[in-house]
Amino acid sequence: MQTTSDEVLISRIAGGDRLAMQVLYARHHVRVYRFVLRLVRNEATAEDLISDVFLDIWRQAGKFEGRSAPSTWMLSIARFKALSALRRRPDEELDDETAEQIVDHADDPETTLAKKEKGSVLKQCLTRLSADHREIIDLVYYHEKSVEEVAEIVGIPEATVKTRMFYARKRLSELLKEQGIDRGWP
Amino acid sequence: MNATKQEAPERQEIEELLPWHAAGTLSRSDAQRVEEALARDPELARRYELVRNELGETIHLNETLGAPSARAMEKLFAKIDAEPARSSGVPLGLSSRISEFFGSLSPRTLAWSASAAAVAILLQAGLIAGVMLNETKTPGYQTASAPTTDPGVGAFTLIRFAPQASSDDITKFLESNKLSIAAGPMAGGLYKVRVAVTGIPKGELARIVKKLQEDKVVSFIATTE
Repeated sequence: MQTTSDEVLISRIAGGDRLAMQVLYARHHVRVYRFVLRLVRNEATAEDLISDVFLDIWRQAGKFEGRSAPSTWMLSIARFKALSALRRRPDEELDDETAEQIVDHADDPETTLAKKEKGSVLKQCLTRLSADHREIIDLVYYHEKSVEEVAEIVGIPEATVKTRMFYARKRLSELLKEQGIDRGWP
Repeated sequence: MNATKQEAPERQEIEELLPWHAAGTLSRSDAQRVEEALARDPELARRYELVRNELGETIHLNETLGAPSARAMEKLFAKIDAEPARSSGVPLGLSSRISEFFGSLSPRTLAWSASAAAVAILLQAGLIAGVMLNETKTPGYQTASAPTTDPGVGAFTLIRFAPQASSDDITKFLESNKLSIAAGPMAGGLYKVRVAVTGIPKGELARIVKKLQEDKVVSFIATTE
């Protein structure tokens, strides 16, 4: 079965097609929401931002020129909205260093045991990365963005994308080491 | 020279690409370079396993984040409904139509029709550019891309566009009336415009001409063979 491409949906949205907007929303809202949520770390804020992001998509559809993939374009809009929201309400984003130092004392023995599992610890460390590092890890691993696409979304040179990803992974290793897991790298 | 020192910058370069290799977003040539390096460098291969673990856990972490409630969608469409009316009847731009046209084709059909479509698009673009350049009333100007041949199939009119009509106006006029420029510009700034791909009765053609005459883009229109 052939599905309508995102490019075609966006061109229909530019013409005021509400149904095309529903299809595009259904197709992408979860991933966009998760991207925003990982940046703002607040479900209510992320949910509010989602409607703003897609409203911008509705408004700007006529300007989409297809130079980048639709998902890259949408994530760029989402990132802008998320960072704008964080600037408006700085209290909602914990200082990165503070966030990294937070120790969860509420774990019961069973949870603590579970966290001994490498995967759980790795996930926990992923949440403790700085905003820049979380963002690049998510874009590369979860949103499957190429070096060029990450550069476009984040607005940094491609060489910086590679080094930022490298340092994000290096920081992840340091956090794992603090939790007693030595990966032997870097 | 020490071989290890020679390899170090290359290993660093390849190592930086490992996350994208694991995610499958590298170009074919880069992916091949990484594969070759992984095959000859066991330490790099071990580090690649670390990357694959990170990839798996990042996906798992994101998948546990849930999804927005239905309220988000309701809120979005309430906002869209409150937006100033965007007439859905307005025809899409030429580029949108081209995009929609290509989107509707299967890859195989697309491959076959791409060349023909590209030629048609260039032809139309050249003609519209010709209209615009003609507006400058440069004496004796002729568009280089204006076709000199006419397949002669279909029903045609001769149109002279209003001097104040922009290329956008003309494009919209052609699209909304399902017209295409077959030839021109000819003497007097006239264009031969196809109104139907097959021949139609004279009465029907006259009715179309009368309707098109009412458009402000048109300064002169007449039927032709």
